[in-house]
Amino acid sequence: MKYVDEYRDGARAREIAAVIGAEVQPGRRYNIMDFCGGHTHSIARFGLEDLLPPSVRLIHGPGCPVCVLPTGRIDSAIELARRPDVILCSYGDMLRVPGSGRDSLLKAKADGAAVRIVYSTLDALKVARQNPDKTVVFFAIGFETTTPPSALALLQAHAEGLENFALFCNHVMTPPAMRAILTSEERVPLEGVIGPGHVSVITGSQVYQPFAEQWQLPIVISGFEPLDLLQAILMLVRQVNNGRAEVENQYARALQQDGNPKARQVIEQVFTLRPSFEWRGFGALPDSALSIRPEFAAFDAEARFALPYRSVPDHKACACAEIVRGLKRPQDCRIFGTACTPDHPVGSCMVSSEGACAAHWAYGRFRDQQQGAAQ
Amino acid sequence: MKLDWVSGRVELTHGGGGRAMARLVDELFKSAFSNPLLDAGNDQATFTVPAGRMVMTTDGYVIHPLFFPGGDIGSLAVHGTVNDVAMGGARPLYLSAGFILEEGFPLADLKRIVASMAAASAEAGVPIVTGDTKVVERGKADGVFITTAGIGVVYDGVEVSSDRARPGDVIIVSGTIGDHGVAILSVREGLEFDSEIRSDSMALHRLVETMVQVAPGLRVLRDPTRGGVAATLNELAQASAVGMELDEAALPIRPQVRGACELLGLDPLYVANEGKLLCICPPEDADRLLAAMRAHPQGQDAAIIGQVVADDHRFVTMATSFGGRRVVDWLAGEQLPRIC
Amino acid sequence: MCLAVPAQVVALLPDGMATVDVAGVKKDVSVALVDGLAVGDYVILHVGYALNRIDADEAARTLALLAEIGQLDEARQELLDGGAA
Repeated sequence: MKYVDEYRDGARAREIAAVIGAEVQPGRRYNIMDFCGGHTHSIARFGLEDLLPPSVRLIHGPGCPVCVLPTGRIDSAIELARRPDVILCSYGDMLRVPGSGRDSLLKAKADGAAVRIVYSTLDALKVARQNPDKTVVFFAIGFETTTPPSALALLQAHAEGLENFALFCNHVMTPPAMRAILTSEERVPLEGVIGPGHVSVITGSQVYQPFAEQWQLPIVISGFEPLDLLQAILMLVRQVNNGRAEVENQYARALQQDGNPKARQVIEQVFTLRPSFEWRGFGALPDSALSIRPEFAAFDAEARFALPYRSVPDHKACACAEIVRGLKRPQDCRIFGTACTPDHPVGSCMVSSEGACAAHWAYGRFRDQQQGAAQ
Repeated sequence: MKLDWVSGRVELTHGGGGRAMARLVDELFKSAFSNPLLDAGNDQATFTVPAGRMVMTTDGYVIHPLFFPGGDIGSLAVHGTVNDVAMGGARPLYLSAGFILEEGFPLADLKRIVASMAAASAEAGVPIVTGDTKVVERGKADGVFITTAGIGVVYDGVEVSSDRARPGDVIIVSGTIGDHGVAILSVREGLEFDSEIRSDSMALHRLVETMVQVAPGLRVLRDPTRGGVAATLNELAQASAVGMELDEAALPIRPQVRGACELLGLDPLYVANEGKLLCICPPEDADRLLAAMRAHPQGQDAAIIGQVVADDHRFVTMATSFGGRRVVDWLAGEQLPRIC
Repeated sequence: MCLAVPAQVVALLPDGMATVDVAGVKKDVSVALVDGLAVGDYVILHVGYALNRIDADEAARTLALLAEIGQLDEARQELLDGGAA
């Protein structure tokens, strides 16, 4: 596959890893946080941590939109799905995420609710056209990468007069998440950040400049293939060693400094900032999420249906809140692998394929056993 | 009362045991599957029990959509059941087929499915010797459900079982993985895409016959259907109380299957196969067995994909192409397409 | 979040759509977010929408850089070995 295989060359990966190993300075720490679930997933899937020297520690941040969506919003989606007059269309990622009382969209589907997995909002529009007697609600989640498709779908519905289509908007933004991490009183010390690749295709790279400056933090935007990530980590190590704190773009083949202005314009046209939105792990953050503009209220599920928001605290033993902030690793969670497994997940970090817990369970937990055995 | 094969539909009377049902059974099932045992016209097939150890298997087919690139529920039912017998290290002898039909199901579609089953059965040389038909009310079945049973005789000197894998054994797959699951997805609503990928649904008993001749000491045979290679290897690791180490670079995967999996965020290791088998054999038999498989039309893309190791935790792990290592987990449920 | 895959445009369609190819698998997707696409261009495809064009020159440059990283280290290693011997 072009533009994929070349960036998965194993021999080249080992070379770059060796260079990283040679360039890390003894006694120096390199804590690097990623802000993109796609990076979390790639790192785990390709076993990249095995190649890195111990002083480079990869910490997973709140870049997984499934993981940061609070239980109360999932409950609202399930409530919508259970309405007999609604067909809820959703990306596959959300189906197994537990809401209150271990309910989920998948369970609702088993109970007879009309829940459909779609690959794209384009498919949700098709469902709406094919089912004029139902309200087809699209469960919109995601950071800036996934927001333009929701915006375009709403504009298309508006243009067509597709009145039975509505969007349940849960789009969130990356810079507020970054700010929340960096301003928390309790936080893990960081030497560098791997910037989200596809979010930056939309936002451009300048949005991270204030963070690099204010916190003297090197930020390198990275692609998703193993060589991209290794190169980005090398670039961060070099910045740290040279005392620089700049925003660099490793993913130059896919993004320009200015991002995609057309995509941002479409987002601006349809959405507006919510004054406040609750994030799992951070509580309510101001100006961190989007809602649909009043002129499009006809396509806003929150305007059409009464969906009172009930904030639901995480299960007492669930450590998702600390995990999305990088304060705990999955293996530090009391219930990881015992009460909380992919079979019966307690929190969203275990369900989302790019949640740190799911990634660790799926790809990395054998290391815990080996380390345990070694002791 | 005459059956309209063009635009007719299944009615409740077709399952009622009366003349309407007899007509359906005669004109459709018996004429398509015709063989001496079936033609005797009894509710049971009578035959002499062959010498040796026998295997018996049963299966249910509830797949949706019913028709997909490379097959349909009918051919799948025959291939799947024949394969389950063959995976016991046995020569398949006979099949049974039970049909649960939904009221309103188009007779044209039923005829197509039955013809497909008959063709698959004839090609495999394994006759359907007994069957049953029931009709349920509209909404109580997804068009048609098919249940089967199959019996066979174990080849002399062969003993295969899921608990026989030993550290040092070699793991071989008979060909490319993920074809069937991707073919199904390509026609499933909400996920459609255009590709040339066809289901690999196929009866593998002739390949198995060659394999047991070349390496009668082989230890495990299993076809990686639902849940893919990952699920099957995890099951075997548990049953044999061993670990397994795979080599990612050695997995045979068609480029289009890779492309489709990348597109939908799926891992080919977890995608269903219906015309492939996994074999675990003693290391001294591996090269000879691989050569014999590759020389066989059903095993041309066969490859050694890993080895069995001692591991109390029974992990299935995989070396990535970078010297990294990851677990190949046993998923809780079906793999879902993802955006993240 | 960001499962996106490089896809090649094989046909432009009306209404801001296009047929793209991923390793032989074809799908009709929206290209409304990317202007001036031509058949043969590669795009980043995410949930049925092209997000941006892939710049072939930048891709080549990245690959060249990646290749260089290893070589520089070899060259440096040779120097070190030469010095030590």
